[in-house]
Amino acid sequence: MQTDNIEDVVDAAELEAKTADWKLSPEREAMIDDLQSRYPTKKSTLLPVLWAIQEQEGWISREWMAYAARRCDAALSHVLGVVSFYTMYHRKPVGKYHVQVCRNISCHIRGAPKIIAAVEEKLGLQNGGVSSCGKWSLEHVECLAGCSWAPVMQINRTLHENLGPDEALKILGELE
Amino acid sequence: MTKVLFEHRGKKGVDTFEGWEAVGGFEALKRALKMKPEEVIEEVKTSGLRGRGGAGFPAGVKWGFVPKNTGKPIYLCINADESEPGTCKDRVLMEELPFMCLEGALIAAYAIGAKLAFWYIRGEFDLSERVMSRAVEVLREKGVIGKDVFGSGWDIDLVVHRGAGAYICGEETGLISSVEGDKGQPKIKPPFPAVEGAFRCPTIVNNVETLAAVPWIINKGGLAYAALGTEKSKGTKLFSVSGAVAKPGVYEVEMGYPMHDLIMNECGGPQFGKTLKAIIPGGSSVPVLPAKIAMEMNLDYESVQAAGSLLGSGGVIVIDESQSMPELLAILGRFYAHESCGQCTPCREGTGWGSRLLDRVAEGEGKDQDMPTLERIARFMTGTTICFLASSMAMPIQSFFKHFRHEFEALLPVTTEAKGD
Repeated sequence: MQTDNIEDVVDAAELEAKTADWKLSPEREAMIDDLQSRYPTKKSTLLPVLWAIQEQEGWISREWMAYAARRCDAALSHVLGVVSFYTMYHRKPVGKYHVQVCRNISCHIRGAPKIIAAVEEKLGLQNGGVSSCGKWSLEHVECLAGCSWAPVMQINRTLHENLGPDEALKILGELE
Repeated sequence: MTKVLFEHRGKKGVDTFEGWEAVGGFEALKRALKMKPEEVIEEVKTSGLRGRGGAGFPAGVKWGFVPKNTGKPIYLCINADESEPGTCKDRVLMEELPFMCLEGALIAAYAIGAKLAFWYIRGEFDLSERVMSRAVEVLREKGVIGKDVFGSGWDIDLVVHRGAGAYICGEETGLISSVEGDKGQPKIKPPFPAVEGAFRCPTIVNNVETLAAVPWIINKGGLAYAALGTEKSKGTKLFSVSGAVAKPGVYEVEMGYPMHDLIMNECGGPQFGKTLKAIIPGGSSVPVLPAKIAMEMNLDYESVQAAGSLLGSGGVIVIDESQSMPELLAILGRFYAHESCGQCTPCREGTGWGSRLLDRVAEGEGKDQDMPTLERIARFMTGTTICFLASSMAMPIQSFFKHFRHEFEALLPVTTEAKGD
């Protein structure tokens, strides 16, 4: 069981002890070793280390934050601050398909509200929601730099452009 | 019209190492490595190339600020954290011409004396990140990134550093904080990064589009670049056009090109033949202009400023008569409130408070003093913070009110006039 509530008070020493021998997959450990030989300080590899954790685990628990702190020579409180600052690090599990729909100005002008409404209805989710089966999560996001091909939505890492509500629903349908 | 950045766009295989070599790629880097670093800087100064991320500062002058012989390492950070709403040009350069971007970065690294460069790429970017990471791998295999590049005795390493979803990391000192493994909070200037930046060492931060022009400048000469564009805005610029036009897209034109021609020719005119109402010419942070004024101006730093806005990042957002200006401003307000990093009070409180007021005005639930209050918030947010994010919300508020006041007043209980306090 790993800790997902950022407000939970967790004893740092306890976390450190619990995760003292934790390691990522050998390829990821090798990738981090390589980066740490190139970057000027260990702490500066914190963002890539957090990405490696999230790619492996799907989200970043307090336990894995303790691992990152040890790996990057940083305080756990520093890692907690960094993880909560950047919106793409998930502090709770998200759906297998994390759907991000852009709500910013260029997408809005080209019909984003219709895409958002269609996707919300189809998934039965509101902004920030995760489906009970764990398959879907939905987030309204700010500009994804797809402005000239608006409106756009991103599912996990894949960007879908020039959408109409029908195209958006078709893409979701294919993942069902 | 001469193309600098898109000269080779769309040619078969130009996104591969061999394809880039086939169109004369890496000739500029080889040429630069035979020059003295100061000579490279001088050539870029001659070209008049200005920073394309939004600020428009002359690139060669910036490079010249790096102090010599401090004994400290020097770093280059490439700003590929493209997040300004309406801007999507760097993505095109990276996805379609990755080796041109990298060649420009390597020339810059050589010119400033950097041994390590960080390619800071936006966390949300998928294809661009994969293309750039692969291109860096290829250059390592070919020895173009590594020791003794092309037998010159010069060593360079470059890493792709992925952001994680924070608009503020596009601000150069925020980007540096993020590279250092911290929250992406901007730092007070001075010291300027060129003197004391990443890891408290001299650091140059350049936008992708700026660096992408450098190989052409080294190949054809600074004077050839300076011959393009206008007297003060040299060269070409990418404009990413979005919104209510028939053919949105990323277009390269010479500085000084008429906005009218960009919209009517390149972009095929308004979408569905509607009447245009407004244009935001340089990304969401710059003042909006009525379409009538915008359509009469030319696209260079000075002309756009004379018309009452800024060229910014070249993100042209086109708005037609079907859009509600209060609704669009509320969207921008939410964006800045979401992206404020939280360290300066006028920004943290001003963006949040402003956004809540804009939301209720747009929903028709505004109070009679909401507009004067928003104007006061905008005034107190300007110039009172470490970075420009707060001003980037103030400028839209002030310009939307200036040109489209009637649309806001129509949603409010009584007509309001700004108080002069």
